[in-house]
Amino acid sequence: MFSGAALGAGVLIVVVLFAVAMFLVIQALPTFSAAPADITGGKGFTSYIFPIVIGTLIAAAIALVIATPIGIAVALFISHYAPRGMARGLGYVVDLLAAIPSVIYGAWGATFLASQLKAPYQWLAENMGWIPIFGGPASGTGKTILTAGIVLAVMVLPIIASLAREIFLQAPMLHQEAALALGATRWEMIRMAVLPFARGGIISAVMLGLGRALGETMAVALVLSSGPLIASLIRSGNQTIAAEIALNFPEAFGLRLNELIAAGLVLFLITLLVNMVARWIISRHKEFSGAN
Amino acid sequence: MSKRIDVSELNVYYSDFLAVEDVSITLDAKSVTAFIGPSGCGKSTFLRTLNRMHEVIPGARVEGRVLLDGDNLYADGVDPVTVRSQIGMVFQRPNPFPTMSIRDNVLAGVKLNNRRISRADADELVEKSLQSANLWNEVKDRLQKPGSGLSGGQQQRLCIARAIAVSPDVILMDEPCSALDPISTLAIEDLINELKDEYTVVIVTHNMQQAARVSDKTAFFNIAGTGKPGRLIEFAETATIFNNPGQKSTEDYVSGRFG
Repeated sequence: MFSGAALGAGVLIVVVLFAVAMFLVIQALPTFSAAPADITGGKGFTSYIFPIVIGTLIAAAIALVIATPIGIAVALFISHYAPRGMARGLGYVVDLLAAIPSVIYGAWGATFLASQLKAPYQWLAENMGWIPIFGGPASGTGKTILTAGIVLAVMVLPIIASLAREIFLQAPMLHQEAALALGATRWEMIRMAVLPFARGGIISAVMLGLGRALGETMAVALVLSSGPLIASLIRSGNQTIAAEIALNFPEAFGLRLNELIAAGLVLFLITLLVNMVARWIISRHKEFSGAN
Repeated sequence: MSKRIDVSELNVYYSDFLAVEDVSITLDAKSVTAFIGPSGCGKSTFLRTLNRMHEVIPGARVEGRVLLDGDNLYADGVDPVTVRSQIGMVFQRPNPFPTMSIRDNVLAGVKLNNRRISRADADELVEKSLQSANLWNEVKDRLQKPGSGLSGGQQQRLCIARAIAVSPDVILMDEPCSALDPISTLAIEDLINELKDEYTVVIVTHNMQQAARVSDKTAFFNIAGTGKPGRLIEFAETATIFNNPGQKSTEDYVSGRFG
């Protein structure tokens, strides 16, 4: 009875996944056979999708670069540094951050954060404009890919922090005591007995965060004043796949609809690839993982 | 190096609960002292206060003095990290770092505090420590393999090698053989006999034959009942404790009448 239910659930997941993939492929097919001139931009699907793939990756990369170190630091503080009462309070706050709907983050980013960032962007453009990613003139509204990336960072931070905290709390006391008994400071103990144990878990946490950053739609759609692909992170421009689909889907029909679904297929493949790479990284260190 | 430990009037608390009361004891340098007693009598708790490992447990604190060759471990400004690098510890369950190779496990304590060590010195130290732990011949061909791949007894000897690699003054052992089979236990006991030529060794054990076999002096701990603090009942030459104890409860315990 139970094994039947478990098998059924397992089969159902595979069937649903397969059905979604098939839907994406079938609906996307017309895009690939269409004449290049009929595709948005007029130069074929590749040149349509390429800029928004890059835009998606840039926004997600900004989010992870900011959120990973902060998330791990917050998790470590909660699990190993904060006094017990404070740790619990902080844990709730982090979990609460994860519960805020993305449209709220989007509204906050668009109305508050963007205007706060106008001046810093101005400064970056003037003083560090020789670096292409800070090339001026800075956006007058602050609604740039960097702002979108920062909003995404705030959104993935609780995912990374709460998962990493769980992993850090599971680090075996046995090995932590071994490190302390050798004369390790608390930070050395964390480096010897907690972080190596948690490496696989940290990678999974970051990948889950990346999954959210790649697929996040509403916040980017509200925050980013989109445009063509440009190197500068502080000018308006760039676009992500998810936001592109969301903004154009309501009015799309015919080939345009197929085009957007094809874009969705590409996003699906990117996420799949990211997950596979993560699995591979985790399995590479299995011998030393402590599982044996 | 080997140092003497003098404990005077030590009380150990877990928050408000008095776990060990009024222990005064002198542990001689270059000797093996065994702590015996029934479960929950505070012998492991007391052992942990000798290198301040009890501080890992929230709320645990001590009153009294522990002198290592005259230096109070609990004086103001003494860093527990320094204390622990002088007084090493081997635990009940073997705990080599699973993410490190055998070689890195031995060097784990040496590389702390950003100390640098040349490759040649490191090789020499690894060999010397593993030799001292009677493990070299078994692992010399697989130093780069993970320590978790060894047998339980080998892992425990690896932990001893790791503890002596930092050249401590004292080695504390908290029931080091209780998770091991009889043959591995014998190997560890032989090793303890050799270690006392260079180190002060303190061992907590549930096994009275083991205490009789390895120790020079034995301390018997007991509790009056649940919720009461553990106390040091009797401390004397091991032969005296087992053949001619001064206290009735010691005699009852070593003759197997309780505990």
